Amino acid sequence: MNKPSQPVLYLDDVTVSFDGFKALNGLSFVVEPGELRTIIGPNGAGKTTMMDVITGKTRPDKGTAFFKGVHDLTKLDEETIANLGIGRKFQRPTVFDNHTVSENLELALKADRRAFRTLFARIGAAQNERIEAVMEQIGLAERARDLAGSLSHGQRQWLEIGMLLMQDPELLLVDEPVAGMTDHETEQTAALLKQIAGARSVVVVEHDMEFVRALATKVTVLHEGSVLSEGTVDHVQNDPKVIEVYLGR
Amino acid sequence: MSARLNQSLGRALVSGARPYILAVIVILALLPLLNLAVPPSSPFYLPDFAIKLIGKWLCFAILALAIDLVWGYVGILSLGHGAFFALGGYAMGMYLMRAIGDRGHYKNPLLPDFMVFLNWKELPWYWHGFDNFLFALLMVLLIPGLLAFVFGWLAFRSRITGVYLSIITQAMTFALMLAFFRNDMGFGGNNGLTDFKDILGFNLHTDGTRAGLYWASLAMLIATFLLCRWVVGSKLGRVLTAVRDAESRVRFLGYSVTNYKLFAFVLSAMIAGVAGALYVPQVGIINPSEFSPAASIEAVIWVAVGGRGSLVGAILGAFAVNGAKSWLTSYAPELWLFILGGIFVAVTLFLPRGIVGLFGQKSDGPRISKPSLANLSKMLGTVPPAPKEQRP
Ligand SMILES: Nc1ncnc2c1ncn2[C@@H]1O[C@H](COP(=O)(O)OP(=O)(O)OP(=O)(O)O)[C@@H](O)[C@H]1O
Ligand SMILES: [Mg+2]
Repeated sequence: MNKPSQPVLYLDDVTVSFDGFKALNGLSFVVEPGELRTIIGPNGAGKTTMMDVITGKTRPDKGTAFFKGVHDLTKLDEETIANLGIGRKFQRPTVFDNHTVSENLELALKADRRAFRTLFARIGAAQNERIEAVMEQIGLAERARDLAGSLSHGQRQWLEIGMLLMQDPELLLVDEPVAGMTDHETEQTAALLKQIAGARSVVVVEHDMEFVRALATKVTVLHEGSVLSEGTVDHVQNDPKVIEVYLGR
Repeated sequence: MSARLNQSLGRALVSGARPYILAVIVILALLPLLNLAVPPSSPFYLPDFAIKLIGKWLCFAILALAIDLVWGYVGILSLGHGAFFALGGYAMGMYLMRAIGDRGHYKNPLLPDFMVFLNWKELPWYWHGFDNFLFALLMVLLIPGLLAFVFGWLAFRSRITGVYLSIITQAMTFALMLAFFRNDMGFGGNNGLTDFKDILGFNLHTDGTRAGLYWASLAMLIATFLLCRWVVGSKLGRVLTAVRDAESRVRFLGYSVTNYKLFAFVLSAMIAGVAGALYVPQVGIINPSEFSPAASIEAVIWVAVGGRGSLVGAILGAFAVNGAKSWLTSYAPELWLFILGGIFVAVTLFLPRGIVGLFGQKSDGPRISKPSLANLSKMLGTVPPAPKEQRP
């Protein structure tokens, strides 16, 4: 029912404090439908905290956060927000170590999440195909029956991205996806994220500037809990405020 | 390549051991014949007490399955499952009391002896209906289920986990014990319910009824095992183990962790209730000591010994520990608690996967490899799951 012009994500003046320390300080941030956005910023800038606010893990002290203009994210819990269509990949890859690769994807698969439905759930041919397609896409088809706990760090990153794809969310929040990946894997990840965006909105947090450059999108620089600069990669890299923050550390 | 998705380790474990399991079931099923059909003079004769004893263990094994379902597969360490067992037992005991009718000491057709003794004139409202066996069976499921639902809803919704949850389950069973000790509760106070005569018209003190209850317990153990295996092998089962391993991650996938935990906890409580209901007619008494916190802890130790996160392990553990208990208590009863504690510490240090780990079987449980003191806290679930994000 939302107008096409309605932003997917709208944060305004969001403040989060931990024992008086402001991890987010009047942060305002908008993501349009289909947009791919990159967020950079020094350690402790508040990037992960911002994702915590959007996914219901952390409640802001102040400010508004809306999904598609109608859902007030500051009032909803994690599972409701996930079911609205916001998926998240964590900074430290979190997959289910005691489940196989395909079971991890099965758990993420978009389906009725109610307990009794899940008890009687059968995986149909279409769903099986989807799982296999995603395993191909993330290069883990050979490892389908291996426990996720046996994967390398990079593979776990990919598996978690695969889980995001299975969820088929409208908004994907991807926290440092290429940490621990080889250059080749990093390139592939950039290509994959670009491919995903368009039909969905994607917000990527990353430190790796090569990767950010490869994504070639609008970049938002966070610093001390608020937006420092916004624009193309070249624009923010040449912004004196950004240079000062990065060099002044 | 076709991905077989509903492949679960639990199933693999069972299929490997299937011939042994079937053999054990057949032997267990035939045992009462050694009591019924063999003359007492024969060396193969099995005395009455042995049937009663093994019948009790079968009920304990059902209780162990109930505990393993929540602890081994969902990571909820309940130290109060004895309460659900006891409530199921009391529901059955109430039926057995009503079935005595006017054959009690005071010959009162309606009131059980202890109520006459307390000078009660009327049957309390909550004793009505228990003269009907089917009603009593319904209560065996409903009362533990309802308590688990209310308790679980409050606890899981507030996201109480780990040791805190274990402590309040202990508090729950302790509070119930104190309540059931009171005479004015109407459950026979500290003596509990006893002096039962018959069940469904069958005299409880005959060999035939004893064997019948034994077989009913064995059948229920098998049914419970199959039920649990089906649950943990379903997609819901995989969600449950995911909750055990990374609870908050499951939330971010859109599953209501509260509801899934509630499902497992209520189902588990009902299973424990059934175990208690089968136990009471075999031992002939139910009293508040079944609610004692120590009884619940002991039941958790059976599961730890057998192998947390393995259904076969839970059953094995119940038999092994209770077997050892029966054997040892005939020599040195005062030492049993020390030995039990010792077994628990030894298992956590050297056999973190329990007896099934010894056979090299895979368990669905958390994979704990190195023997170390950390195992103890891991098994107790006292270590909070690793933080989802690294904080500087
Ligand atoms: N739960 C918390 N309790 C206390 N302080 C916190 C908490 N979460 C975050 N912080 C603090 O808030 C600040 C912002 O943290 P955040 O994780 O959002 O940064 P980040 O931009 O993701 O950094 P990084 O690049 O290192 O991942 C940090 O100084 C962090 O120590
Ligand atoms: Mg971060």
